[in-house]
Amino acid sequence: MTPGGAAPTRKRTSLRIGSGSGWWGDRISPAELSAREGRLDYLCFETMAEATISTAQVRSRADAGFAGYDTYLEDRMAAVLPHCLANGTRIVSNQGWINPLGAARKARQMLDDLGRPDWKVAAVTGSVITEALRGTDRPILETGAPLSGLGDSLISAEAYLGAEAIVAALRDGADVVITGRVADPSLFLAPMIHAFGWDPADATLVARGSAIGHLLECGAQLTGGYFADPGVKDIPEPWNLGFPIAEVAPDGSASFTKIAGTGGVLDRRTVLEQMFYEVHDPANYITPDVVVDFTTAVIEQTGPDQVRLSGISGKPATDRYKVSVGAHEGFIGEDMFFYAGPGARQKAELARRILVERFAIVGLQADDMRIDILGVDAIHGPASPEPACEPYEVAVRVAARCPTRAEALKVGREVDGMAVSGIASTGKRVPFQDRVREVIGIWSTLVEKSAARGRVEFV
Amino acid sequence: MEILLRRLAHSRSGDKGNTSNIAVIAYHPDLYPLLRDQLTADRIAARFGAAFTGPVRRYAVDGLGVLNFVCEGALGGGVSRNLCLDNYGKTLAAAVLDIPISVPDALTARLVG
Repeated sequence: MTPGGAAPTRKRTSLRIGSGSGWWGDRISPAELSAREGRLDYLCFETMAEATISTAQVRSRADAGFAGYDTYLEDRMAAVLPHCLANGTRIVSNQGWINPLGAARKARQMLDDLGRPDWKVAAVTGSVITEALRGTDRPILETGAPLSGLGDSLISAEAYLGAEAIVAALRDGADVVITGRVADPSLFLAPMIHAFGWDPADATLVARGSAIGHLLECGAQLTGGYFADPGVKDIPEPWNLGFPIAEVAPDGSASFTKIAGTGGVLDRRTVLEQMFYEVHDPANYITPDVVVDFTTAVIEQTGPDQVRLSGISGKPATDRYKVSVGAHEGFIGEDMFFYAGPGARQKAELARRILVERFAIVGLQADDMRIDILGVDAIHGPASPEPACEPYEVAVRVAARCPTRAEALKVGREVDGMAVSGIASTGKRVPFQDRVREVIGIWSTLVEKSAARGRVEFV
Repeated sequence: MEILLRRLAHSRSGDKGNTSNIAVIAYHPDLYPLLRDQLTADRIAARFGAAFTGPVRRYAVDGLGVLNFVCEGALGGGVSRNLCLDNYGKTLAAAVLDIPISVPDALTARLVG
């Protein structure tokens, strides 16, 4: 493939696609390594979570300096662009968040600074449909209530677009494509549709490409991240994980690998864990592009850290887009303090009682509250077994969801009070940050596909 | 003999809305029938008790040796609302690994760890 060039003149026999990030906070150096040594045709970045768009909307209203795209955009691009330019590796990324055009312009500027005005950058916009949905009676999937019931609390509604607009951008010669909300597998699927000339209506091929994208979308979760378990799942050099690379064949089968010399592992176990990650019915994994059936997958270990995936099947896409809806839902106040030594747990129990009484004294208005003892039952709550012995050290962690910021602030203020008005040997940090965060509740709805349309804009 | 699931299978949890899915994957095809017979949706629901407010559904994928448990109401209203320290439910997959499974002597050589 020619950088800066047009559509391929002949069909490819294979395509190498690398994962550049599995989420916003992901490590950057493995992406740089893949860009440098991975012989990649494409490098794809996934940086968005369910609440990313709504959180970015709220932040952009409060912070004029926030650009509206991935806060690590420059760091990531600075790390990989020189290698991508040298190796002819195109980039597809959802780092655009609520400002794909701004992100594309930033990438444009960085390419110009690198002396490569010939590289083309495109933004994919069109996923945000907030105003079209505001006040409508479309049902919220989780509750059945109409969207209009959210009233002014509605922050954002964005459709999970598919691969179509990215494919159009690549067809028109884009070397870097930066999108807003797109379904994660679609970021990886789009280069396959483009390079192999797949028919977007071919459910089998599109399902295979989407399954490959699903395995790549969480970065190192395919190569030993979120995996090691000492004694039963030990892996080499877990501090040095490589990001996965798929070598895709025109029939939609793929061989997954990672850069030689990196730590971690890529085998049947890591592939299966990632295949089912965030999947409900494995025979009907719905994306905007297709419905994937993972149950027919054939997974073969073909070498050290090399796995071949084939046999994925699929059904045609549904006629709807999933829409993620964000709404203001109040504030969470949260803080923590701790005890160690003899009687630590009893002290924590007494501290919990003191907090309950003091929250009553100050009239804390909370929709929900929990005071947990970390080291006993803070994580799994009532599903935690009674400890076999008294814990040597514990932390008391309190969190309350409140209708207003002022109420949520009371949580931290009463924890402050535990410093000198608490009980013996209360360990506590001096507050170093606002211990309140805004709750942006996420709901879902469906819209017909004509309600949202991806648009391509070159910058 | 009774063996903890941790020696028969590995697991990973993922979040979507207020639902957590926990995939339980047999280390060996010979161990999968034990999971299929004994690791029912009811046992997963019982393991979490009041920590889950919704039903647990099970999808068995025999060809891959995987049971996928879809647990509604597992995330305190969803990641952004959840007051639990582990608001994504990342640790839920570990909790199921202490469920005891009855393993015949002939299969103990397949156990891990």
